[in-house]
Amino acid sequence: MTDKKKKSTDPKTYKFDTLSLHAGYQPHKNAGSRQVPIYQTTSYLFDDVDHAAALFNLERGGHIYSRISNPTVAVLEERVAALEGGTAALATSSGMSAIFLTIMTLCEAGDHLVVSSQLYGGTVNLFRLTLPKFGVKCTFVKPRDTEGFKKAIQKNTKGIFGELVGNPGNEIMNMPEIAKIAHNAGVPLIIDATYQTPYLCKPIDHGADIVVHSLTKWMAGHGSSMAGILVEGGKFDWMQNDKFPTMTKPYEGYHGLSFAEEFGPTAFTMKARAEGMRDFGPCLSPQNAWNVLQGIETLSVRMQKHCSNAEKMVEYLLSHESVAWVSHPSVPNHPDHDLAKKLLPHGKGSMIAFGIKGGKEAGEAFINNVKLASHLANVGDTRTLVIHPASSTHSQMDVATLKFAGLSQDMIRLSVGIEDFDDIRNDFETGFRAARRPRLVSNQ
Amino acid sequence: MKFKVNGVEVFASTGGRPFDKKKPLIIFVHGSGLTHMTWVLQTRYFAFHGYSVLALDMPGHGLSGGESLKTIEDMANWISDVIDAVGYKEASLVGHSQGCLVILECAFRFPKKIKTLSLMGGAGAIPMNPELLILAENDDPKAVDLMMDWAHGPAGHFGGHPVPGLYHINTGGMLAKSRTIKNTLGIDFRACDNYKNGFKAAKEIKIPTLSILANGDKMCPVKEGKKLADLIDGSKVEIIDNCGHMMLLEEADKVLNILKKFILTYFPIKKN
Repeated sequence: MTDKKKKSTDPKTYKFDTLSLHAGYQPHKNAGSRQVPIYQTTSYLFDDVDHAAALFNLERGGHIYSRISNPTVAVLEERVAALEGGTAALATSSGMSAIFLTIMTLCEAGDHLVVSSQLYGGTVNLFRLTLPKFGVKCTFVKPRDTEGFKKAIQKNTKGIFGELVGNPGNEIMNMPEIAKIAHNAGVPLIIDATYQTPYLCKPIDHGADIVVHSLTKWMAGHGSSMAGILVEGGKFDWMQNDKFPTMTKPYEGYHGLSFAEEFGPTAFTMKARAEGMRDFGPCLSPQNAWNVLQGIETLSVRMQKHCSNAEKMVEYLLSHESVAWVSHPSVPNHPDHDLAKKLLPHGKGSMIAFGIKGGKEAGEAFINNVKLASHLANVGDTRTLVIHPASSTHSQMDVATLKFAGLSQDMIRLSVGIEDFDDIRNDFETGFRAARRPRLVSNQ
Repeated sequence: MKFKVNGVEVFASTGGRPFDKKKPLIIFVHGSGLTHMTWVLQTRYFAFHGYSVLALDMPGHGLSGGESLKTIEDMANWISDVIDAVGYKEASLVGHSQGCLVILECAFRFPKKIKTLSLMGGAGAIPMNPELLILAENDDPKAVDLMMDWAHGPAGHFGGHPVPGLYHINTGGMLAKSRTIKNTLGIDFRACDNYKNGFKAAKEIKIPTLSILANGDKMCPVKEGKKLADLIDGSKVEIIDNCGHMMLLEEADKVLNILKKFILTYFPIKKN
């Protein structure tokens, strides 16, 4: 086939960078406004009683009340669904509420989940302490123990959950293999891909069925707004077994509607919105949705800079006398280096964990003396961020749980920003110098 | 609901209401390679407003059993069999794209059974792009990607679905990939390409007919839809702006409003 002929059969659907700027929005339906308008409203006029009834009964698409949906938020939802290769998405007030809503849509009391052990501390506590109060139990499996996920499946298991690259240890789940395990068991694979964004990895392409994000992080980038989202892949067959009666059986809350029958590849999102947003209500504000949209417009260029700075940082840390160890999937001796090459071809992300020589005290001195890098409980900002997980994000864990989560007392978690790399390096030199100085005794 | 037609189990969405034989019947027929789910923003309205609805999965498609039917004529006969199987004597038919050929041929063959025709993105013939046809017959997913590209108008490519959060290019693609492409899309495309009776059938249609066309439709352009409509006595034509072939998703509300007005006028609910 000639190049010319080949071109004629290539789809002309928009690609990633174009979708980042345009997906989900048509100016001609919004007074020609080139920018997405902020619909700062709680509710929407009905044409007449019939129209109102049709909206409430899911006979027509449209908006009723901003807890359930909002036109600005809907643009964000469609945009992320388009970027992830998903069929539908539902934005929430935070990443944690996206996870909670996902689990509440999937599970009932008496159900069980298989969960990766290396997660953000808040997520660990949700699965370990909070969900059991709702009757949902979890078995934790180390992310590299692929066979362990299979062994942990029970009769009442309703899904497998994990962060593609674990927080904060950078352990990577073998997503394609774990997806097969989930699908052989007739349950969906849910992946938190906050660290990657769809620019680095689209989990749906590797077998994930539902993707969740904290949009607060790299997707927004600016660190100004909390937001989360769940994205549906559309491939999972809810009707293949009797594990998901709330998806497949008539639902009393909507005149006997079966979400799976009626909405097929968007059934999960429809249920999460119609039931979850209605009953739990963790809705995203239109202002925050708009703020996140501003960030997504530059997602690919930011991620390229994040990744290139991260690679320079890895090189710098690896050769530094004050550094005991460095964990980043780009390092050739990282246990998941080959898997990372397969799953993260456009870059290995900007999260680095490293151990500082001198242990906990040296780590504290480092963090107290860097000035450009911000010491705070967030990741994925355009600015460089540092934290000592054992004393902050994961501080609610006991020693045994910390160890199981792969954490050590000397670990510094670093989210590399997009500043000029020389400036970040100079700042780190200041921090390392302080860490090497003999401790001052402050309580004499 | 599931029921049997000629011994084969068939699935049809009833629009979220129990199927009630006392109500007038509207049958929705999907396009090539798709399923009943393309109609979700039209069927539920009618199901909740006095009609019995069957949004069918054609044999071998979606949740229906059996194998895909190989000709438009076989599909037209099958629609007639569906009407018999659910115990009705008559029905109003709504079709999209290939579904238009099917219901047109059905009305031609069974004029007493069919009370109205609603054609969305229809034409008297749908010759297929040869490359697209071969890709589909070879089970190449690119056939679906191309179909989704060509089936959506310029505005539809940006999204902006009436159902919040739903991205319809990916949703349509997922529907078309839900079964083996060569056994659904491949067979359907070949059936469309082979069908030659559309214009002859149109001349014989004597029932109220509506054509909903879209000015951004590259698969069944407005001029082809009008050519067909001109052959049908008293046929009505409505054209939707800024919209492509997937009008029932791209402009679901406008389509529903037009369809509602037509069906309530020409296939009204009989009041006791």
